[in-house]
Amino acid sequence: MTTYKLLLAFLLLTCFAGVPLTRAQETHVGKLTGHPGQGKQLYRRYCIGCHGPRGDGAGENAPYIDPKPRNFTQATFKCRSTPTGTLPIDEDLYNSIGRGFDNSNMPSWAPLTDQERVNLVAFIKTFSPRWKNEKPGTPITIPSETPVSIQSIQHGHDLFQKLECWKCHGPEGRGDGPSAATLTDSNDQPIRPYNFADGERFKCGTTDQDIYRIFVTGVDGTPMPSFADNIQPNDAWDLVHFLRTLQVRRDSPERALLKSTGTKLQPIQTSSGGGL
Amino acid sequence: MPFPWRTQFPASSSLNSRRPRAALLGSLLLSCLFLLAYAPSAEAIPAFARKYGLPCSACHEAWPKLNAFGQTFKDNGYQLGNDRDAPIWQQPAYWPIAMRITPGWHRESINRNGIDDGAGGTIEQQTTTHGFDLSGLDILTGGTLANNISFLLVPSADNAGAFHFESAWVRFDNLLHSSYLNIKVGKFELDNLLSEKRIVTLSNNGGLYQLYHFVPVGDSNIFGLGDNQLGFEVMGHSKNDRTRYSVAMLSSNDGNVSVPNGHGYDTFLTASQGFQAGSLGLQRVGAFAYIGRAPTYFVTQGGAPLDGLGQKSFYRAGFIGMWYIKKFDITTLFMHGGENAFLGTSTAANDPNGLPAGARSPQWNGALFESHYTVNPQFILINRYEFIRMSQQALPTNPGDLGDIDSLTFGYRYYPFMHSRAGFAFHNEYAIVRQRKVAPVTGLDVTSSSLFLGFDFIF
Repeated sequence: MTTYKLLLAFLLLTCFAGVPLTRAQETHVGKLTGHPGQGKQLYRRYCIGCHGPRGDGAGENAPYIDPKPRNFTQATFKCRSTPTGTLPIDEDLYNSIGRGFDNSNMPSWAPLTDQERVNLVAFIKTFSPRWKNEKPGTPITIPSETPVSIQSIQHGHDLFQKLECWKCHGPEGRGDGPSAATLTDSNDQPIRPYNFADGERFKCGTTDQDIYRIFVTGVDGTPMPSFADNIQPNDAWDLVHFLRTLQVRRDSPERALLKSTGTKLQPIQTSSGGGL
Repeated sequence: MPFPWRTQFPASSSLNSRRPRAALLGSLLLSCLFLLAYAPSAEAIPAFARKYGLPCSACHEAWPKLNAFGQTFKDNGYQLGNDRDAPIWQQPAYWPIAMRITPGWHRESINRNGIDDGAGGTIEQQTTTHGFDLSGLDILTGGTLANNISFLLVPSADNAGAFHFESAWVRFDNLLHSSYLNIKVGKFELDNLLSEKRIVTLSNNGGLYQLYHFVPVGDSNIFGLGDNQLGFEVMGHSKNDRTRYSVAMLSSNDGNVSVPNGHGYDTFLTASQGFQAGSLGLQRVGAFAYIGRAPTYFVTQGGAPLDGLGQKSFYRAGFIGMWYIKKFDITTLFMHGGENAFLGTSTAANDPNGLPAGARSPQWNGALFESHYTVNPQFILINRYEFIRMSQQALPTNPGDLGDIDSLTFGYRYYPFMHSRAGFAFHNEYAIVRQRKVAPVTGLDVTSSSLFLGFDFIF
């Protein structure tokens, strides 16, 4: 009888101990639940060549790739809806897999099914203990976009000057600012600032909301900081409107407005005494 | 053609004597061209894997069979769309080239093979041969010439080393900034969802889709739906490739160069839609139709065909479904085919005697069920069953089941390693085909079987 009770207790403990572990590794996006076991098979099929069997970004192709593949063991992610330094929510990783990363070797995996992408997220989260010890950050709130106006664009232009965005991104947003050549990422790998003039898409999305989010959350693992403490929502929208004017290969309401009104913005001053 | 040894062991040589002489000559001439164009070809291209640093398994369920991601990559014009597609991103030493060949051992057996009797006649006898052999060679070069201009060039050799161009095309991608508008010109595979160029079975009997190449007994048409064709294609797809369509206009010569048929154009139409089914995977359904014309006699010059005349129509149409249940998937394909009575009876359109008495358009139906169980990216089990049933013979005197085919193939492929530099598979397969009432002397059924063990590699 004693043996029976011990066995029963062992089984119960095993079952209840296993439940929270399994649930902790599950991923939820919308109504979908991701399972790391199934994600592991997908990871082996699609991701292992770059991100490596241990998820440390040391896959067989990593030496030939620039920028280097993400190191999942650090659980530092560029594209998040959560404040800088915090873990992203599952949906952030899910969206990153589907979107891919411009100017990198990471393609869009949109052809995979939603379930497959959620499973991949679940498995990626097994590489770092941070996912067991920390909770994801709270997604930031993005206020309604302010109307596009000459004043808004001009104010964004002034903020670009004042916040010294030009030091990395360059006075015309071509990624050729005076600091550009010195930048490195969190792995001490050289990294180039975003070239607004050449790109039509951003690393973390394409919409105005995506640009806004990048200001506020920063791009963790890169020199791009969070401006959450330095900029008010209306100012951030003004900056978004100005940045759209730097995308010379993309039609935008901002560029159309400048053209229709014949407005010409003053060149960004690159001397240290410039600014407001 | 992915069936390198097939010419050595034709499944049937019966009923040729029923063909009128003129049509027979034309048919033979076209057949010669067909054979010249004949070599194994399958497109699994490590050059792409090397370019993008992705393992074979990223694009292939089990190479050469594409998965949804690989199909999207192909439909994007061999581009991932991440700004690394243009050749300018590659090291100058990078060559977008790969080569594939399959040394192996195979055994072929035919129960009623027509062989020479030594006195100018033919007798039936079971033949069984086996030994070590080679497949043909594919040299696959492909990629992008610039952003949104892609290409593929595939010089292929048969297993004796005779080369031809299996594929040679250039494609203008994402015209008007839309993935729904891409134009391809050259020699290319029809947009068959079930690609014969990516067939995962390689043996003499199993290395082709019977449905794609079937023509009724006594028919002079050499068209094969699996053959690469010459022409241009307008193709489009949604960003995630769930919705796809293709419209192609093709020369009526089954992909043979130098316009041996002289004139005439065919049309191929296909469309498909993919949809998610919960955790089961991505399902896809589609339809296709090929409307073509083929000559019934030739004007020749020095014995070579100068122009194909008396063109008569034929068609193929069908539905396809690709169903995934996690690691298990099955492709179902139904096809209906029909030929003009002149083609079906190998009668020249200018024959003063006209069609044989009672001649009519031969028609048939066929179905294919190909299933795979992908144990993991390195091991796949394969099974395929096809059947073809004549629904109307060209001549009322023919037995109703003359030429009907049943084909069964099963095997596996094991990939000892999986990386982005090369591909290697140990391939083992058995295939058996039975065709009704085509034995050359007795008119009984002919059954042929293939056992194949090969080392399929591509670098």
